Amino acid sequence: MTSPPSAAAARPESPRALFVAFTGLALQGFGGVLAVVQRELVERRRWLTNEEFIEDWAVAQVMPGPNVVNLALMIGDRHFGLRGAAAALAGMLAVPTLLLLALAALYAGFADHPAMAGALRGMGAVAAGLIGGMALKLAAALRQHPLGWPIAGALAILTALAVGGLRVPLPWVMLALGGAACGLTWRRLAP
Amino acid sequence: MTPLALEWTGWLQLFGYYLGLSLLSVGGAISTAPDMHRILVSEHGWISDPQFAASIALAQAAPGPNVLFIALLGWNVGLNAAAGAGAGSGATWGWALAGAAVCMLGIMLPSTTLTLLATRWAHRNRQRRAVRAFRLGLAPIVVGLVAATAWVLGRAHGVAASDWPLWLLSGACGLLVWRPRLHLLWLLGAGAALGAAGWG
Repeated sequence: MTSPPSAAAARPESPRALFVAFTGLALQGFGGVLAVVQRELVERRRWLTNEEFIEDWAVAQVMPGPNVVNLALMIGDRHFGLRGAAAALAGMLAVPTLLLLALAALYAGFADHPAMAGALRGMGAVAAGLIGGMALKLAAALRQHPLGWPIAGALAILTALAVGGLRVPLPWVMLALGGAACGLTWRRLAP
Repeated sequence: MTPLALEWTGWLQLFGYYLGLSLLSVGGAISTAPDMHRILVSEHGWISDPQFAASIALAQAAPGPNVLFIALLGWNVGLNAAAGAGAGSGATWGWALAGAAVCMLGIMLPSTTLTLLATRWAHRNRQRRAVRAFRLGLAPIVVGLVAATAWVLGRAHGVAASDWPLWLLSGACGLLVWRPRLHLLWLLGAGAALGAAGWG
């Protein structure tokens, strides 16, 4: 389990580097960490390629547990085994938890201030834009998909419509669209 | 704070509940929030309705993974139990920390163990056709889910006619994300400042 990922240009040098990287990631993620993860791990640190990120993210998503936490575990485990997984997990949770509990103790005094509500709305709008831009970037990686980009793109759009538009519960989407996508890919990978 | 008499069996029950919920939390912790409300607020009265809502809102606004709202829920259970036990102010924080620890350990232990075992198995068997089909096949679904997340977050903006500054802000950020040298905290800070100034 200590083999580095294949095509990426770099790898973390120690469990401590994993801890620091994931603490930094978690502290940048307001309203969730997803948008920051791709940028930091793929574009800045180059520990993963975009294709590897999508595959790992898919696995992190179907396993129970918070997705970003699962992703941290997988990346830590791949580089340094159990120690790496523990370091990445601790990085993701330790400092943010302390910060949040401190905020909770302070929050009571400012809960009703209108500027507070406005600031939350503004940050929400930024997060929506960032994640939208990231979806476009990841879509570019589908051009190399074994199903060909028209089918892969259609599956992506159907998923977005089902989950974002029709609010279909995720397990059903995973079973129906995910099952179809895996089945088609399995046939296409035939030796 | 709502004083609460919580026996050690109650703590055990809380821990056990989160152990079980952990394995059901496919699709992120937030998707299990309705069930937590059912158990913590309606069935046992471990925390109050406002405490539950504030925990989620605060965790969404603070940095870090969404799952941390569960630590806050536990923190509030601890506060209530401390009030019920008549604990002093120092001991109260101890109770609150214990509550946060019980809930976080419960929600994290089973899912992390399972994820590690499953991904190790998949990595050992990564050349198998079924494993490759599974990982590659889900790629388009993941792209669709990311797009859906942006969509759901964006829908909170309201109608474009009156809330156009928020839409503009989102659009600008969707373009700025293509400049990898720009730090995301600048964008979030700008959004917070614009919103606080009443522009959003």
